[in-house]
Amino acid sequence: MKLRIMNYKLRATKSFFHLCLPVFICGLISSVFAQNDASQQNQTGRAGTFAITNARIVTVSGATIENGTVVIQNGKITAVGANVSAPSGAETIDGKGLSVYPGMIDAGTSMGLVEISGGVPGSVDVSETGTMNANAKAIVGINPHSAHVNVTRVNGVTTVLSMPVGGVVSGQAAVINLNGSTQGEMAINPNFGLIVNFPRISTFGGFNAGAGAQPLDYSQAVKNRDKNLEDLKKMFADAENYAKIQEAYARDKSLPYPTTDLKMDAMTPFARGEKPMIFTAERERDIRGVVNFIKGTKIKAIIMGGQEAWKAANELKQNNISVIYTNIYSLPVHNDDPYDYLFEAPSKLQQAGVKFCVATGDAGAEVRDLPYHAGLASAYGLSKDEALKSVTLYPAQILGISDRLGSIETGKIANIVVTDGDILEPRTNIKHLFINGRMLPLTSRHTELYDSFKDRK
Amino acid sequence: MKKIFAFVLNILMVTSFWQVSFAQNRQDKNEVLIRNATVLTAANGTLQNTDILVQKGKITKIGRDLKASSGAQIVDATGKFISPGIIDCHSHTMLDAVNEATYSVTSMTNVRDVLNPTDISIYRALAGGVTTANLLHGSANAIGGQNTVVKYKFGRPVEEFIVQGAPPGIKFALGENPKRVGSNPQPGQTSRYAITRMGTMEVIRSAFVRARDYKKSWDEYRARVAKNDKMAVPPRRSLELDPIVEILEGKRLVHAHGYRSDEHLNLLLLADEFGFKVATLQHALEAYKIAPEIARRGTGASIFADSWGYKLEAYDSIPYNAAILYKNGVLVSINSDSDERARRLNLDAAKVEKYGGVPEQDALKMITLNPAKQLGIDKRTGSIEIGKDADIVIWNAHPFSVYARPEMTMIDGEVYFDRSKDVQKRADLQKERETLEKMDINRAPASGGANTTLPVVPREKREAHRDDADSIKDGGNK
Repeated sequence: MKLRIMNYKLRATKSFFHLCLPVFICGLISSVFAQNDASQQNQTGRAGTFAITNARIVTVSGATIENGTVVIQNGKITAVGANVSAPSGAETIDGKGLSVYPGMIDAGTSMGLVEISGGVPGSVDVSETGTMNANAKAIVGINPHSAHVNVTRVNGVTTVLSMPVGGVVSGQAAVINLNGSTQGEMAINPNFGLIVNFPRISTFGGFNAGAGAQPLDYSQAVKNRDKNLEDLKKMFADAENYAKIQEAYARDKSLPYPTTDLKMDAMTPFARGEKPMIFTAERERDIRGVVNFIKGTKIKAIIMGGQEAWKAANELKQNNISVIYTNIYSLPVHNDDPYDYLFEAPSKLQQAGVKFCVATGDAGAEVRDLPYHAGLASAYGLSKDEALKSVTLYPAQILGISDRLGSIETGKIANIVVTDGDILEPRTNIKHLFINGRMLPLTSRHTELYDSFKDRK
Repeated sequence: MKKIFAFVLNILMVTSFWQVSFAQNRQDKNEVLIRNATVLTAANGTLQNTDILVQKGKITKIGRDLKASSGAQIVDATGKFISPGIIDCHSHTMLDAVNEATYSVTSMTNVRDVLNPTDISIYRALAGGVTTANLLHGSANAIGGQNTVVKYKFGRPVEEFIVQGAPPGIKFALGENPKRVGSNPQPGQTSRYAITRMGTMEVIRSAFVRARDYKKSWDEYRARVAKNDKMAVPPRRSLELDPIVEILEGKRLVHAHGYRSDEHLNLLLLADEFGFKVATLQHALEAYKIAPEIARRGTGASIFADSWGYKLEAYDSIPYNAAILYKNGVLVSINSDSDERARRLNLDAAKVEKYGGVPEQDALKMITLNPAKQLGIDKRTGSIEIGKDADIVIWNAHPFSVYARPEMTMIDGEVYFDRSKDVQKRADLQKERETLEKMDINRAPASGGANTTLPVVPREKREAHRDDADSIKDGGNK
């Protein structure tokens, strides 16, 4: 990256080489640049035995320890407490004046699937063509070396759900740690849940050149929604029938040999409730629609989005449906919604006893803002404790990884963030970062560009 | 079925919403005393346990134990924080249209003609502490339309929004947006020149050459008139070139949208050549690469705190941009370019402190006094100082805290947002809504209502991308 500065100096130099040198240098730079970028993203840190001492330990799951020690060994948290001593040979980090938090978890992103959203389609792998893509797996599209990975983790977000979008059944979302040279190294649960965009009433009637967006007659919009819903039901019925045929053949080989259908195959574990199905839905009627839809099925549903989920709190609780809330950085839809309608929603979910977490809903670049989403929810009703849980322990529970992540407890994976203040505050700095017990450099594409240009005169 | 008619109700309810909430304040105009606050002045540091006296819309006293006359409105701000009203130096809020995308030069247009004072986003911005905005034309053209600087006097007639005496300005745009609009013509139309960065710069050069010639013809004409030359014929007036002549004469501020440092530098070089100054580089996400060149020319930068990566020319954006520019002496403001983001500019300013260590007050200035300077209105707003307009936000906590929310927002000493009143009125609004829903006209035909035709359903308003030409296909909105 330093070479970029040289390039600038060369531009200013009216030398004999003025015309030909930049061409040569540019070639040189682009090759070095590519290497640098790759090596930067390859900074997967170093393993070891670490002891963070004299620190304030915000365990999240239990009481905060005002002055204690956390020990990290073999990728795990091996000891936490006020009277814990560092094992011999451990690398000690003086945590005086610092706070230790579990890494934050964003349960609503498309991390690694979108590098540059606008105008660079070659860097976008988030939405497969067609409406039914149960077999599209985010984990095989995620770029472990995306610049978004480092930018996100150096702000304290260490684990994300990365999901495909588009169509009706978008594909399978993966739960990943934000470190690793391969998809496999990142994966915590490579095929966690199936993303289903629950059919909603849309009055968008297409775009007409010159006249702009065309409204669709409301009754027609309702009919369209109903048809999409029927199609979705049929999809599930087909998947169930497909699975029955496969099972029947497995029992009795004299039956006709059933051909394999990858999409149907992929659907089965989700339709049968062996794995969760994540329904994107915002409005009250759509949330209730999801509840009705899964009645009498084995589907384990999670709501993604959830603007008005609190209005259906009882139904959600009765059916054990949790909510991944992604609307802090959204405007209220209707003019007469209270101005803080979407800031307040997490607090309303919490008061109603619905299991929820706060997520960004961002493709990748702004996932690092996760703490501020939770903080804003707190400015509008959620307690500070609940706000912190909403981006640590609660998403871990919803993603089925709370036995391994989401709090600082002995035996858990050492995803740990050491800060100089409240992790949800925008002025707080991250001082140390561990993922899977590996100590990571606090560098990113942004710090490297900063270092390259901060002293340019 | 009731839900079907909620949309219609919106229209009715929004109207009554203002009536209920915001017509109340004119009588308060005379005198307001805010007591015992922590005041972030954005000019003279932070003052503890301080009172602010507002008379006839101006800040007249700042100090302790101030006295007000008997009729004054008293606001107890004990335990609260006060900042100047936030100024958003790049906004498209309350514009019914943003892009006149037909020509590469649309300097004859002015967003003043499409202001919608009923846009609910104004109120939401007030609830985020924003009082003033630079309303800009979109970025579909190398030279776009003229801007308007407003204060968010929601509920007042549109004329009262306009900040009197603010120097006029104009939008320029470089890079991907004008290129893309040029190269994606409507069906049946040909591409619009220019579709490259080379051509974009020539469009601008050509406009200034024509404006220079045009000015010369007018100068000659006026000289002849001054000499009583009865044969002098006035040149044909050009609404396109008049504003560009004003740029050459230093009477109109250029707000230049762009991302890559090279093209912003090329515009600065062109400005050197024609002898004008660029007021602000807008977005300028790579400005940190040419900070000394920008500083040398006294040009300002109005940037996002930390947005990046949403298109190729935003891929080198870094959150340290503001800090590098600041250290080089560039006047920096942090803007939103978004109805959504405008609500949390205080947190964007806090990020500037985090990334690169800009001191607190200087970070606060980036959303208050600095944009005021960039817009030429710093004599009257942008800081808490005696003699300035009483554009004031009262926060429940330090505005750089994520837990902070505005409790009250004042413009010229009048309250335009009051959280306690907003919360109080919600129950009334709910009742009003229910009453309206029961009215015959709002009931479904099938349920025996008088309305026999289905209502026209307004499209759900989705927040546009932060970049202002991106949704040009969406009816040119944002």
